[in-house]
Amino acid sequence: MNINIFLHFLILIPILGFLISLLLPPSNEKLNSRVAYYALGVQWFTLLGFILAWSLRGFQTIDIRDFVLFSTPGYEYFVDFYFDGISAVYMLVGTLLTFLITMYSRFYLHRESGYKRFFNTILFFYLGYTLVILSGNLETMFVGWEILGISSFLLIAFYRDRYLPVKNAVKVFSIYRVADVGLIVAMWMSHHLWHENTTFFKLSNYELVHHQLQEHSWIGIVVSLMILISAMAKSAQLPFSSWLPRAMEGPTPSSAIFYGSLSVHIGVFLLLRTFPFWEHQVSVRILIGLIGLFTAVATTGIARVQSSIKSQIAYSSIAQIGIIFIEVALGLKYLALLHFAGNAFLRTYQLLVSPSVVTYLIREQFYNFKLRPLTLEDSWPRRLEYSYYVLCLKEWNLDSLLYRYLWNPLKKLGNKLSFLTFTNALLILLPVLVFGLLLRTEEQWLPGSIHENLPELFSLLALIIVLKAFTERLHARLAWLLTVLNHCFLVLAISFNEHFGMEEVTLYLSGVLICGFFGWFILLRLKRLEGSINLDRFHGHSWLNPKLALGFLLCCLGVAGFPITPTFIGEDLLFSHIHEDQILLAVFTALSLIVNGLAIIRIYARVFLGPHSRSVYEMGYRSS
Amino acid sequence: MNAAFALDHVIAELKHYLPAQASLKDFIHHNTLHSFQKDRFFEGIEKASLMFGYRTLLTLSEYRDLFQSNKISRQALRQVISEYHPEANLDALEEKFLRSDPGQMPLPRIGLLRATWKKCYRIDLDAQVQPLLFRVLCNYLDQGISVWNLPTASLDFLSSLREIEKLSRISIFRTARCKGLFLDPETHLEDLLKILVGKEEYFEQYLFDQQFAHPGWSGFVSVVEDNPATLLDKRSIRLADLIFFECLLEIDVLDQQLGDSWSSVSSNIQSPVPSLFDGYEKFDLWSYLKIWQEAFERSYHDQVLAGITTLRTAKRYSGHPSFQALFCIDDRECSLRRYLEDLDPACQTYGTPGFFGVEFFFRPENGKFLTKLCPAPVTPGYVIAEEHSTVRQISDPHFRKSTHGLFRGWLISQTLGFWSAVKLFLNVLRPSMSPAVSYSFRHMDKASTLTINHRPRPDGTPNKDRENPALQIGFQQKEQADRVENLLKSIGLVSDFAPLVYVVGHGASSVNNPHYAAYDCGACSGRAGSVNARVICAMANDAGVRSLLRERGIDIPGTTRFVGGLHDTTRDELLFFDESEMDEVQLRVHKKNELIFTRALDFNARERSRRFASIDTSDSLTEIHSQILVRSVSLFEPRPELNHATNALCIVGRRSLTDGLFLDRRSFMNSYDYQIDPDGKYLFGILKAAAPVCGGINLEYFFSRTDNRKLGAGTKLPHNVMGLFGVANGIDGDLRPGLPSQMIEVHDPLRLMIIVEHEPGVVLSAIQRNEETYEWFKNEWVLLTVVQPTTKNLFRFRDGQFMPYTPCAGAPPETNDIGSLLFSTDDNIPVHIIKS
Repeated sequence: MNINIFLHFLILIPILGFLISLLLPPSNEKLNSRVAYYALGVQWFTLLGFILAWSLRGFQTIDIRDFVLFSTPGYEYFVDFYFDGISAVYMLVGTLLTFLITMYSRFYLHRESGYKRFFNTILFFYLGYTLVILSGNLETMFVGWEILGISSFLLIAFYRDRYLPVKNAVKVFSIYRVADVGLIVAMWMSHHLWHENTTFFKLSNYELVHHQLQEHSWIGIVVSLMILISAMAKSAQLPFSSWLPRAMEGPTPSSAIFYGSLSVHIGVFLLLRTFPFWEHQVSVRILIGLIGLFTAVATTGIARVQSSIKSQIAYSSIAQIGIIFIEVALGLKYLALLHFAGNAFLRTYQLLVSPSVVTYLIREQFYNFKLRPLTLEDSWPRRLEYSYYVLCLKEWNLDSLLYRYLWNPLKKLGNKLSFLTFTNALLILLPVLVFGLLLRTEEQWLPGSIHENLPELFSLLALIIVLKAFTERLHARLAWLLTVLNHCFLVLAISFNEHFGMEEVTLYLSGVLICGFFGWFILLRLKRLEGSINLDRFHGHSWLNPKLALGFLLCCLGVAGFPITPTFIGEDLLFSHIHEDQILLAVFTALSLIVNGLAIIRIYARVFLGPHSRSVYEMGYRSS
Repeated sequence: MNAAFALDHVIAELKHYLPAQASLKDFIHHNTLHSFQKDRFFEGIEKASLMFGYRTLLTLSEYRDLFQSNKISRQALRQVISEYHPEANLDALEEKFLRSDPGQMPLPRIGLLRATWKKCYRIDLDAQVQPLLFRVLCNYLDQGISVWNLPTASLDFLSSLREIEKLSRISIFRTARCKGLFLDPETHLEDLLKILVGKEEYFEQYLFDQQFAHPGWSGFVSVVEDNPATLLDKRSIRLADLIFFECLLEIDVLDQQLGDSWSSVSSNIQSPVPSLFDGYEKFDLWSYLKIWQEAFERSYHDQVLAGITTLRTAKRYSGHPSFQALFCIDDRECSLRRYLEDLDPACQTYGTPGFFGVEFFFRPENGKFLTKLCPAPVTPGYVIAEEHSTVRQISDPHFRKSTHGLFRGWLISQTLGFWSAVKLFLNVLRPSMSPAVSYSFRHMDKASTLTINHRPRPDGTPNKDRENPALQIGFQQKEQADRVENLLKSIGLVSDFAPLVYVVGHGASSVNNPHYAAYDCGACSGRAGSVNARVICAMANDAGVRSLLRERGIDIPGTTRFVGGLHDTTRDELLFFDESEMDEVQLRVHKKNELIFTRALDFNARERSRRFASIDTSDSLTEIHSQILVRSVSLFEPRPELNHATNALCIVGRRSLTDGLFLDRRSFMNSYDYQIDPDGKYLFGILKAAAPVCGGINLEYFFSRTDNRKLGAGTKLPHNVMGLFGVANGIDGDLRPGLPSQMIEVHDPLRLMIIVEHEPGVVLSAIQRNEETYEWFKNEWVLLTVVQPTTKNLFRFRDGQFMPYTPCAGAPPETNDIGSLLFSTDDNIPVHIIKS
């Protein structure tokens, strides 16, 4: 019997579980938790059975090239699954923990508003996790990757009518977005490297990889670096570390598995999975090791000065992941896997019992009190000790560094566009778009030198547009419109590059335009109901309009190119039309996509999340 | 007025209004809005709403829903309306109450002045200042979470930061100006306020805006300033220091973001900002809400009053009692007492504050600190030490700091990590007792001995505690006799002693619960009452004490023995102490009684289980009880028990006053016999404690329920433990004082009604004896009704006097089947008369 079929079950069960969970009545707690419980229970035993059968067959790596979603000459988007020792360990740890946590949360979340939402999101998260772990190529992995990002956002902002969870959810999402684009660019470049959508299976073919990389050594390096950036962002390595403690805003069990263990080890997984690719790039391995080392040392210091229990656990977990990076760089795959599993279990459990720390440590202090026990640092010169203390206290300024060097420059650029008011934007951008379309149809008249710069020009325009959307402070609808226009300009830009059929354009823009239209309509309706919806602060309209909020979230996902519309494939396809020497075009496009996602989630958060501004008496303190 | 003096006044005012919750280990219930207690109840809470945006009553639609579900009765509503509007057309007004829309609450004024920054400079100060401010505060105050403590924490707050700032190459601040200001010893708070706020007249309102942007941290700092003992590892910090540092951080952010191009708040005010402190206008909605609230209270309280006047015949067994049992006044003991009396009609139960009149500090064996075991306002002069304890602390490596080290963490995660998976698995499937559980029976080792009797030094001087020379070790015989006499007379147990008199303290058990201390005995400062029970019993059993008591008219026969015990209110287990000292006869009787206790506990567990979704009340008694035990040790159970939820009454009188009345665990019960206290001496003592303790519990539940987001701690699920003294949401949040939603969600916010059995005149003079006590009654933060003992006529205390009162409710329904009544609903059950 071919056991490969069972691999499909491991994907289908979470999909089914998630879809069913969406349909349940929110008031019935038992039903909601039971569906999650059974979905994960069945998954767990299927997984055990599958791994048993797989081991009986001698642990052979499985690669299933599944169905093709879309193909044009020279391009194929296909779904591919892969299973080896790494997948086995990650699946076992992830499924076991999620299963236990659903059992745990069944009682823990009793009577919490959002009970259903919680289990929906957990199942959604687990689905994303499974897809990433079992994916056989970057494209399939990317689907799961995006699901992880959005479900993380929803879990962190679980208490959506408070300010801090929402603010931190947006913050984490923005870091995840960096990881997303690392992966997109890596996909684009590896496409050019292999001239097809390669699979992890092929990557493990040493000769093939070796041969390719010798011919295109710099592309190889860049692909590795992109993968590394993604891994660093997801696994909270320096300089991205500060997001992890701030993700601890949801109910404790969700923080425990996702930010204590599963989500944060995904970066390690990405490195392990792509190991054959960069195995022979010594410089990359050294870099990974150094990043791990640096992170481990720095975050250990930060962990040592934490005086809140969850941030302490978060930083010590990051330090261990730093060591895992070193282990991976050294090629110690099995040690890394062992370390991953142990660290995941340990931190999950520590977070779950973290509320008990008061009882336990106060009792211990009561019986074993010592006035300020000396620590290692006390033996240092005081100047050094105090400096290092302040450095760690301020978390190495990581949070403000990201702001200063990443987001603030983007915001400043966007602020330069403040002349673009609602009407101005339409008056300027629409004619430009129409003009661009005209140029495109009449391009035989264009001189070559102009023609070859048009893609960059229009993609730069697209980037500017979306920066404006990201920094718009007043009109939600203007920002929304700009995110949609951004996509149109991107398509236009790349259509100058390579001729492709209407079919591809439709594929790309269908999702964007339909969702864009509905999103516009929802914002309009909200404005009629609630009056002004500027983007200067959080409005919290989901408090009174939960249905509009859900509808708008779906529209956001559609416009952001989330795998619920064909736009998702279109995005990848778009990239395949960028030539390997068009670095600038690739950078503009990639940046556009980062900022687009950010702008969209910002609109959603500002309009629908946070404390409801007009219900002062119903809301908590902003600082709470 | 001189500016420095004015600032002292402002800070004193701030301290008055800020939340006053001590650290978690000392969680003691108090009136959340104590700062408004100088005003009458409704005026005080109205002002609190308008100033700070608190929701101090339920919403109109909640009241209307309560009316629909009959929790507010029509008679009560009509009666209250007619009291407020005696002239009006009642039907028309009732219609208005049920349907009209009286508009919204006006917007609160807190924060208006400080909003100038955002308005004029588009700058979000809080978002930039608070994370660092909270982090520095938490690291300074930390009691033992961080591995590497603030190196200078032994100094006071500002000096410790200055010390660091002086030497550190990395500044705490972002700009040089603030570093300079901070290190300059001549910088005073007024200087900073002049830079920030400008005109002096705005200082007060600005500081209120600033501190009420994070009332949790400010309130905690203020508490530590006044009561440093709330931290075991002492810190010296003042609210003024926090304000000083925060103002500096604000200037720092403004300087960094805006350079020179900013000026003080007062120079940027365009339109006048309404004052925070006065000039409030009446608004329509409030007059509706307050009548609804009174109707809500009356709907329940009048059922009780009607019940008391209806009960005419004493149903109790009148022969010699089989045993007597003293419990805490606590509302959770209500039902256990009912079951005991039901199972053994010859027994007698009593209620009294659970420290049983003995106030002292307790030093557990090997303990490095003292634990206060008496009500919070009392400062004892005695210490009692535990000796010969054999219990050792069990450790759990998951809480060890080495797990956060780099290399040890590496080893531990690959070894212990897998053990964590097993533990998690077991904890989900089969929860069991662990070192992480706060278990009431661990409060004191049953097998230990206590230093109860004072032994003077050879030279005859009192033997004092070595570390605290103010404290005497143990009690002298006369001091013991005073306490036993006081206890017995206050509850009216002065004759007819049974062979065994149980004195049962209480405590609670829970895991994963930072608020564990709130579940223990409030009269023992948030600890279990086991030591107190043992101590008072030892005193009452002492032959010398008994002979002193005999002189004072209390004759305890030689065959009578006092037996201490501890009731775990979460697990419904009871532990007896010093059983080995009983003689054979007593032991035999005790064994028989123990069976009754065990059975009563089973029933009690079942009665509690009706509120727990995880337990099927139709299961067998033993099955239900075993599940109750599992709940108390389950990591995933945020409601190990419901604590004081639903409390609404306090009955001060003989058992016969309410015997046969089903009060559904909603009543504090203090035994009291007016006949042996004609001039109200003991009554004064009882009310002096009951008003702040029971009233404090009641009002903390009240306001945590009406506004769980601002006055309560919100849901406990995302809570993060800060420095072992508080909880916050996430890592950058404000501290959350008050009760988490899981504790109050089934609570109906009713003010406490104290019902006293005595002559109105005696009660009046008793409550007026102490101004602080009288304030509670005069301003109606607790309600008071007197039952005249012989006629059973009711007198309601209102506007400073007792007036005859007739309840609006009729006689309560009768039932002879409590069981089916209990399990018909998981909601509150109306008052019933139990037919025997």
